[in-house]
Amino acid sequence: MKITEAFERGEFAVTAEVGPPKGIHIEGLLEEAKTYLSDITAVNVTDNQSSVMRLGSLGVCKALKDEGLTPIFQLTCRDRNRIALQSDLLSAAMLGIENLLLLTGDHTKMGDHPQAKPVFDLDSVSLIHAVKQLEEGVDLGGNQLVGEPPKFAKGAVVSPCSDSVDAQLAKMERKVRAGADYFQTQAVFEPEKFIKFMEKAKQFGKPVQIGIIIPKSVGMARFMNANVAGVHVPEDMINELKADKEKTKAGITGVEIAARIIRECKPYCQGVHIMALGWESKVPEVLKLAGI
Amino acid sequence: MLITELKSKEIIASLVDGKKVFMINCQGCKEVRFPEQESVELRKELAADGKLTGFITTDYICNPENMKLRLQKHMGEIEAADVVLVLSCGVGVQTIAEYLEDKPVYAACDTYPLPGFQGVTPLEYDCDQCGECYLNLTGGICPITACSKSLVNGQCGGCKDGKCEVDSEMECGWERIYRRLAQIGRLDVLKCPTQIRNFATDDEVSK
Ligand code: SF4
Ligand code: SF4
Repeated sequence: MKITEAFERGEFAVTAEVGPPKGIHIEGLLEEAKTYLSDITAVNVTDNQSSVMRLGSLGVCKALKDEGLTPIFQLTCRDRNRIALQSDLLSAAMLGIENLLLLTGDHTKMGDHPQAKPVFDLDSVSLIHAVKQLEEGVDLGGNQLVGEPPKFAKGAVVSPCSDSVDAQLAKMERKVRAGADYFQTQAVFEPEKFIKFMEKAKQFGKPVQIGIIIPKSVGMARFMNANVAGVHVPEDMINELKADKEKTKAGITGVEIAARIIRECKPYCQGVHIMALGWESKVPEVLKLAGI
Repeated sequence: MLITELKSKEIIASLVDGKKVFMINCQGCKEVRFPEQESVELRKELAADGKLTGFITTDYICNPENMKLRLQKHMGEIEAADVVLVLSCGVGVQTIAEYLEDKPVYAACDTYPLPGFQGVTPLEYDCDQCGECYLNLTGGICPITACSKSLVNGQCGGCKDGKCEVDSEMECGWERIYRRLAQIGRLDVLKCPTQIRNFATDDEVSK
């Protein structure tokens, strides 16, 4: 199923992401996904997230699909040139994977192979364009595909709480013009900023899923504030995490915060995307508390 | 060794359409082959159309001190122009765009590398001779060298506090580009078609 069908039906689409391990055993990942994520619209599989080499996104997407889940294939421009990207897109279509999230990707210097060559032959915008071309039966070299072309739901990302939000909106517009069908955002901890962003973003007429990270601890919040672009956990939220250490440790505070942000922003967006970062088991609680 | 080639007639026409133009030709350094003949023709055409407010033919505009000195005598003509058209390598265009920060400064040339000795790249401006100069879409700031990923379609999600994700000491190139475009009132160029790098250009030139 394409996630765009859920948007078209007017559903509030819910996605969560899983990160493949550095290794070949995914029994645990599949078990968790089946237990906690089988009721949601679709499951994102990250592509060598944070430039750390791991098991591939495409293979894990196929495994999830075989388990009856709907995967979203995340694809970045960091590790593949336009030939490899287009080839992997055809492979995805051949395996019945219909949902994409198309990203530029973090720089290689950010990960565990800083010596690697950063590719960036294409970027998020030209990758969306390439997918659109393939859907029309032509590759980027202008050559015809043989037979029925693939069809995808083309997702993209945007960073609504970035301190460069105007540059982000300009980039979002380019993605829309290139053919993006829907958006997932960077994690939001400041609903006011998100709502303001959506006032401007709604002119593009594309569904937007608010990005949510369940805050696990004060340390994690501070780390994100110092290191993660476009993410800012306000001080009063940090105090909330500080107030009752046991409650925070048990995940209750984080779940409450996440659910509160979703409730507050729900009227302004078309879905939610949860980046659980190992807390996949908390996703059902967050959704329940948020009234979804 | 670099080669600068005049962009196509259509592209240049679109840059100067309905505008008064001041033209800067840089013929200075031995490392760069300059399209002399074509530049003279272009200048005559602009003058015949009544578009030219003035021009200079000079050298080493990539040296800011030298460039400022040369431009000083022509500031009136530059003021009278809507756009400044620069025929030089990418470094020259960037130097001028930075100096005339409120004026749209356009690159009339594409810069290609030739095997062998490279042009001297002075000071903080850099050109990678990408063969398809993007400066007109980026407010005169080179996206190939000012952005760690050489992105040509806009800012990635990695910019924090205006700094690049790769180096917290380095200003995000696309942050600078966005700011400059806002300053010269040209944010509309961000609505240009999707740009796709062409890594084949240098082969074609050396043929
Ligand atoms: S875009 Fe940058 S690298 Fe390419 S020719 Fe222009 S200044 Fe040089
Ligand atoms: S943060 Fe800015 S300079 Fe760095 S890679 Fe992204 S767009 Fe380029």
